[in-house]
Amino acid sequence: MKYPIPFDERELKLKAIQMRKDIVLQTLHAGSGHPGGSLSATEILVVLYNCIMKHDPTDPQNEGRDRFILSKGHITPGYYSILSRTGYIDEDELVKFRKFGSILQGHPKRYTQHGIEMSGGSLGQNFSVACGMAMAIKHLKKQAYKVFDLASDGELQEGSNWEAIMAAAHFKLNNLCMIVDDNNLQIDGNTCDIMGIAPIDKKFEAFNWNVINVDGHDLKAVYDAFKKFEELSKNSDRPTVIIAKTIKGQGISFMADVCGWHGKAPNQAEYDASIKELEEQEKQLKENS
Amino acid sequence: MRNWELKLVRQGWADALVELGEKNPKVVVLDADLSKSTLTCFFKEKFPEREFNIGIAEQNMVNIGAGLSIEGYIPYTATYGVFMSGRAWEQIRTTVCMNNFNVKFGGAHGGLSVGPDGASHQALEEIAVMRCLPNMTIIVPADYSEAKKATLAAAEIVGPVYLRFGREKLPVVSSDDDEFIVGKAKLMQEGTDVTIVACGAMVAEALDAADELKEKGISAEVINLHTVKPIDSEALIKSVKKTNALVTAEEHQLMGGMGSAVFEVIAQHYPVPAEMVGIKDTFGESGTPAELFEKYGCKSKNIVEKVLEVLKRKNK
Repeated sequence: MKYPIPFDERELKLKAIQMRKDIVLQTLHAGSGHPGGSLSATEILVVLYNCIMKHDPTDPQNEGRDRFILSKGHITPGYYSILSRTGYIDEDELVKFRKFGSILQGHPKRYTQHGIEMSGGSLGQNFSVACGMAMAIKHLKKQAYKVFDLASDGELQEGSNWEAIMAAAHFKLNNLCMIVDDNNLQIDGNTCDIMGIAPIDKKFEAFNWNVINVDGHDLKAVYDAFKKFEELSKNSDRPTVIIAKTIKGQGISFMADVCGWHGKAPNQAEYDASIKELEEQEKQLKENS
Repeated sequence: MRNWELKLVRQGWADALVELGEKNPKVVVLDADLSKSTLTCFFKEKFPEREFNIGIAEQNMVNIGAGLSIEGYIPYTATYGVFMSGRAWEQIRTTVCMNNFNVKFGGAHGGLSVGPDGASHQALEEIAVMRCLPNMTIIVPADYSEAKKATLAAAEIVGPVYLRFGREKLPVVSSDDDEFIVGKAKLMQEGTDVTIVACGAMVAEALDAADELKEKGISAEVINLHTVKPIDSEALIKSVKKTNALVTAEEHQLMGGMGSAVFEVIAQHYPVPAEMVGIKDTFGESGTPAELFEKYGCKSKNIVEKVLEVLKRKNK
């Protein structure tokens, strides 16, 4: 299979910058969409798709692939970018995001040939689906393919998640890894003010999960967290959660940690400013290495 | 009244699951702590490695089913109709139906016949809330044999199938040799004066009503509409073109149910005087099934009354 490729921090940093450019590009063209949570999940997706998951864009339904399920379905700008940059979606398609006739629906529509395993958009639903896949793989197929699920902190307010979190431990789904993009922001404000869910780690521990806390923007730390999961999936019969502390809107100064950028597209001037910042980051990275 | 032989409808579903378990290694069962009521316990006993009890968590059960179907399995989920079609409705809509996933729903204890458990457990809305979902097939078997055939047939359909069956034994209105085709209404009895369309427990009541009508010199045609969706428009239109009068009968809310589905077809293609028998915008209560059917107007005599009404309008 084409992936995973070896971890190279500089390369991944460049990929993360490219992904952030894709995120603002797609939302600019669509005139809507969700940049904030896409930007917070950028490093997670870049590491997962490049250096962790076994998968092959030339054979998207390869039985032996690791599976990825997007629970926080609104972060399509980030999701479509990583799928495009790893070879599942034509780069030219990105500007058609959210437009009539495009495969790039506002919230994901299942297109297995494009690596989109599952539709999404209704929060709290897809982690149960990921559980079902992990159960099928572990208990019926008796295989070790991994299932990764990316959820958000706000999304954990949906009660059915906890039904699934309970079930994942009950069925000893050590092939299952949930990543919580813990950016402490949701549409109406700070998660801790709207409906506090802290402490997330203690809740998962109480549900008999392995818990890994990580800085979700530190590529090496994220990589190590996934590697730790791989180890745990061999040595423990518990599912694993990686709680990635992140900043919504990360990488673009005026979007960072601002609630309003959850579901708002940049205008042309904001887009230009974003690209300028990202190009500056790129330049500095290249000069320093 | 005919001297009906009675048999558990859900036993037909349970026996079919065991048969499927032997025939098809992809068939798995998901429970929500009701395996002894839904009778999936028979499958569990025989194929313990292919039954998963998800606990009292219907939303999770449905979407775990979706995950299993992504991996190529055919999950049969089982719980009471109230929790299946109500609690897990959005999972059924957004995850299962939108993706046309191959998940089957066994909605047990549908209707008033749940009896003493009372209104909370008497599902009277499943047909309405499942019928508006694209890709969904809905089957309401009338007896043991139909339940068995429907459960077997569901495995051959790629996509979601909702099976509704009640708690009580029901009259045996079909034989094992009868043909059962999903989407094809079954003509139970030919007649010329009125068409009675029924499903589930009301099929036997409709046949009893036809007997009573015969004594009054009225010839009733009785159609068993076991598949509510996709609806057999052709058979319905053909029958009302002959009889020019229609009565529907179901153990379900009148709004949005089987009768509504039939009316949608007839009103658009061949309007005739028509009446409905079923639950009139109310919840049930505790009681014996017989007491409840009497109070809520789901007896053969209610069908007879409605037939006499439509015939008056037809002859004007």
